[in-house]
Amino acid sequence: MTASEWGLAVSVFLACTVEAVEAVTIVLAVGFTRSWRSAFIGVGAALLVLAAVTAALGPALTSLPLDVLRVAVGGLLLVFGLQWLRKAILRASGFKALHDEAALYQEGLRAARAAGGARPGVDGYSFTIAFKGVFLEGLEVVFIVLTFGANQHHTGIAAVAAAVAVVLVVLIGAAVHAPLTRVPENTMKFGVGVMLTSFGMFWGAEGAGAHWPGSDAALLGIIPVTLALAVGLVALLRRGSPSLGAGSTAASDDAMVRA
Amino acid sequence: MRRAEQLARFLWDFVVGDDWRIAVGVVLALAVTAVVAGASVSAWWILPLAVAALLAFSVRRAAPPRR
Repeated sequence: MTASEWGLAVSVFLACTVEAVEAVTIVLAVGFTRSWRSAFIGVGAALLVLAAVTAALGPALTSLPLDVLRVAVGGLLLVFGLQWLRKAILRASGFKALHDEAALYQEGLRAARAAGGARPGVDGYSFTIAFKGVFLEGLEVVFIVLTFGANQHHTGIAAVAAAVAVVLVVLIGAAVHAPLTRVPENTMKFGVGVMLTSFGMFWGAEGAGAHWPGSDAALLGIIPVTLALAVGLVALLRRGSPSLGAGSTAASDDAMVRA
Repeated sequence: MRRAEQLARFLWDFVVGDDWRIAVGVVLALAVTAVVAGASVSAWWILPLAVAALLAFSVRRAAPPRR
């Protein structure tokens, strides 16, 4: 594989791992407290909808002319990546609570218990929470796989990287029967933000008609420079950080699904 | 109509997220890149510069300096 293809595979793998960890936490919380059967039906329904979205958008994207695809998808990826990077910088500098899977899991357990006892048959609460969790996290995976894959004409590599990440996380989650708190999610999100922003910049500029010095090799410069910019901003912001403290978590200031 | 509104709001939150200024800035930067590149002038530097400015501006707005 070329360096660019490795970049694609690693970016998709990291992004899909963090999304899968978040989805598994949500499913575990409703499964343990209310109904595994309803949670699994919710997961299945979400996967079906995601498959339909992929089937509809995938061929439409790959049929676009390369320049149109790159400027549109590069722009979208850049906006999306900058949002990830912005949040990651604010978390790393103490202006936004760190994402804490254990705290989110406890929050999910509390909410599931507060919703009352599970209904016989399909429990609506378990179904809805599992469906929303898997669909929303999965939609980010679909977005990243399709945009990365279509731009490099390697949807296969992106899909395999995503599948490996999801299967790995689900297997580990099933084995440990607990949220995957040891996954360094905040660091991984920072890395994904850097990669999405770098690739978005590269493709967006190419699609708009610019030519990078060194062509594809320019990515080897763009990624470290973007990383340096993000790290520099964290260092600058830390000087004025409100020091949220170790007890502050994403569960307290973010909605569970979109944390 | 309500469903369409909900879908539009969801897509907006999904792609644009917390700071719409970033999306507007990216669109403007891409447009400037296209215009400059169309005039056969080197334009690759515009987007990195815009990204640095947008990111710095956005995080500074979200995290104002302590007085």
